[in-house]
Amino acid sequence: MKYLSLIIVIVTGILLLHASQDFPDWGDAHSPANSNQISQHFITQTGEQTAVPNFVTAVLADYRGFDTLFETIVVFIAGIAIMAVLGLVRMDSLVNAPDSPRDPTDRDIIVIQTCRVITPVIQLFALYVVAHGHHSPGGGFQGGVIFGASLILMAISRDLSAALKRISARRAFILAMVGILIYAGIGMLCIFMGGNFLDYSVLHPLLPATDSVMARSHGMLGVEIGVAFTVSTIMFAIYALLSSGGRLKGGL
Amino acid sequence: MDLLIDRFNYFAYVVLMMIGLHAIISKRNLIKKLIGMSIFQTAIILFFVSIGVKEGSTIPISEHHAEPAAEHGAQAGHHGEHGSAGHTNNPDHFANPLPHVLMLTAIVVGVATLGLGLAITQKIYRQYGSIEEDEILEKLRSTDV
Amino acid sequence: MFDHTLMLTILPCFFAALAVTACGLWKPRWSLPVALLSVGISLFGSLAVLAEVMTQGRVQYFLGNWSEPRGIGIEFNVDPISSLMLVLICVVSLLSLIYASGKITEELPGKEPLFYALFLLLMGGLLGICMTADAFNLYVMLEITSLTSYALVAMGNGRRAAFSAYNYVIMGTIGASFYLLGVGYLYIRTGSLNMADIFRIIQLESLQGSPTITVAFIMILIGMLVKMAFFPLSGWLPNAYTHAPSVTGNFVAPLMTKVSVYVMVRMIITVFGIEFTFDHLPWGQTVVWLAILAIVAGSIMALGQSDLKRMLCCLIIAEVGYMVGGAWLANIHGMTGAVFHIFSDAAMTLCLFLAAGIFHHKNGTGEIGSLEGHFRKMPITMAAFTLGAFSMIGVPPTCGFFSKFYLIRGGLESGQYGYVVALLLSSLVNAILFFRIFETAYFGNLSEGHHDAHGNDDHEVEIDEAPPTMLAPLVATAAGLVAIGLFNSEIAGFIQRSLTPLAVGGTW
Repeated sequence: MKYLSLIIVIVTGILLLHASQDFPDWGDAHSPANSNQISQHFITQTGEQTAVPNFVTAVLADYRGFDTLFETIVVFIAGIAIMAVLGLVRMDSLVNAPDSPRDPTDRDIIVIQTCRVITPVIQLFALYVVAHGHHSPGGGFQGGVIFGASLILMAISRDLSAALKRISARRAFILAMVGILIYAGIGMLCIFMGGNFLDYSVLHPLLPATDSVMARSHGMLGVEIGVAFTVSTIMFAIYALLSSGGRLKGGL
Repeated sequence: MDLLIDRFNYFAYVVLMMIGLHAIISKRNLIKKLIGMSIFQTAIILFFVSIGVKEGSTIPISEHHAEPAAEHGAQAGHHGEHGSAGHTNNPDHFANPLPHVLMLTAIVVGVATLGLGLAITQKIYRQYGSIEEDEILEKLRSTDV
Repeated sequence: MFDHTLMLTILPCFFAALAVTACGLWKPRWSLPVALLSVGISLFGSLAVLAEVMTQGRVQYFLGNWSEPRGIGIEFNVDPISSLMLVLICVVSLLSLIYASGKITEELPGKEPLFYALFLLLMGGLLGICMTADAFNLYVMLEITSLTSYALVAMGNGRRAAFSAYNYVIMGTIGASFYLLGVGYLYIRTGSLNMADIFRIIQLESLQGSPTITVAFIMILIGMLVKMAFFPLSGWLPNAYTHAPSVTGNFVAPLMTKVSVYVMVRMIITVFGIEFTFDHLPWGQTVVWLAILAIVAGSIMALGQSDLKRMLCCLIIAEVGYMVGGAWLANIHGMTGAVFHIFSDAAMTLCLFLAAGIFHHKNGTGEIGSLEGHFRKMPITMAAFTLGAFSMIGVPPTCGFFSKFYLIRGGLESGQYGYVVALLLSSLVNAILFFRIFETAYFGNLSEGHHDAHGNDDHEVEIDEAPPTMLAPLVATAAGLVAIGLFNSEIAGFIQRSLTPLAVGGTW
């Protein structure tokens, strides 16, 4: 089997590298991908069309916002799929987090107190990353993951039940759904206001003191917030389910 | 040889991909297969991102107010155009944003698949008590007979 | 005012999935009505799209209203083939959902809302694949369908469900990653992700000779061949579909592989162009030979199976061989036959899987030997099963006959006699397989074995039919098989509307 796989791998590798004679050089500013009118448009016109300096966020949340909606849905799918495959708790009885805290003498006081001090800082930073996605590297996914990491930190430093007391699995799923609803809801709102799905520019009558360009910027912020909701809670839910083997008690 | 040096990034990432693919196919341990899958997907992500690099360019974020003498981590001394709002950005000074966007999506998809793979592995362990493929196949063969 | 029929088709799935999950948290009883309502709305939307395509030729929709320059945003573009696929997906979803509503409490107790949510998300992903005109958006939709189907297969409580699902995850991810790599190669060379734009750039800059484009095509093709279970990349399919819960198998088996075939056809005719694929690439003949191998291998594997569902899975592998071979015959009849076969194969697979699920439900086992005497015990189910079997064999007026007719015509036209022989051989093997089942079902004695005092075995057999929720979709599908067959020339003509402009070098 090892030899078969080596043959397959070498053949595939040669096939992939065979095309490299045709590739643009590393760092070539005039390669087909970089000089294509689409990329040029993103760099030159984004400021005018969307009033957002960060091109990546603009493309992610506006030009290709539909992909990002489905990306968020993929995150949600991961959460409910792991629940479906592994979960030993019925969905409608997720209310009470089954309790089984770790033996108190097993806890490390230095770790717990340090994490207690750090967690609010992490969460604040996460909110900063979400809010400043327009001006610096950041956005919904990045901020959401950082926020989710703070929740996981709580679960690792103490135990899973302590974290589940603060945000139960049920609440996590509800917030995840709220996140997608925000995203898709903004899109539907655009349809109701007369535009295409996720065409934020038609939202400007609803927001005070904006024109259609600023409306795109605000629409982007709205969807990024939705994404952050979903990503942070699902990250925690995935951790809770995987570390406890679906039982939602015990855990690492 | 010139080819290798000019395009070494593609070579490196294809080698990484093949390492990942080899791990998926030839390893017998379920977790090692998943790790191989993760390596494979990560290598594809790196491949994509390396497409959008431009020599001497900076991150794809435009400065929208004047920053005198501020260098923002740019290479070779270039930094993004600054000035009034009416100024158009020079595409050569910014990295191509499109691969970054695509790969944000691909990273998320990879994480979701990995999470699901791990959950399925846990379920298999719960059922068979082992995560070695040969042992599981043995158990299946012995119960089928 | 913009035309939102495409959104009407795809968005209800995702909103309803959220609603169903919410129901799961509070009132699980409401999850089924919400799911049915959403599938109904999507079906209505897809019929509206079909009507629009019939009059206007295509439906275009730009998300976010970014249309200039083309490729800036994500575009949805539905042509005749896609619109038929949308209707197919909605109809199959509705029928499987009705079946699932009866069986789910038995197979997946306590997880109904999660099942319905994953079901709706899978349906939404499949609809998205058929609507999108952006290569990367197709990858995201492909991953949505993949993730949900992995979970749906792994959810089962059967002993082998999780292990089969694991293999499915690995193979499926390899396939999707190869597709992504292919899109990456296309992007390196053309700089665009919009399907029509890629075609335009390839034509404009005469990139047909470029090794990058060729390797991109190969990677995309291999990725889709893995996803559609083309022999020998099909090792994952028999296990995954047999050991999945039957409520999953009925939905996933008719659709997943066929949608992957659709993606392959879409890539050939829209992104790379017929000229590039068939004239420029020198290995069209090799693919046809591989397809012949797939047909033969699938048929031989099916002969050796004693479990009904496993046998059907091996037949799916053979059917995929028909479609790939037909598409690569490089003439319009072959391509029409391949696309027509997508629809007829989906209908046949659904019919046979529903029947197999009913048999398993009644007998507790999937063995073919357990089907003794079923012609008397379950007349309606067996009648529908018979129609499905005749369609597999290729008996008129079922749709299977007509799709084989188009494929054979295409094969003769392009001189691929090996392919024609393989098709006929496969029909023969199907006939053997299914008549073997008919023999068991008609002449075998019931295991209870009533014999009255005179040893007379023409006794009163109680009819123990399946419950109506399971029977109704089966009967509807069987009727659909005949209907597709009777309307075959209209459907084929409609499909060809999508193919002829491209055969003469037009673009999207």
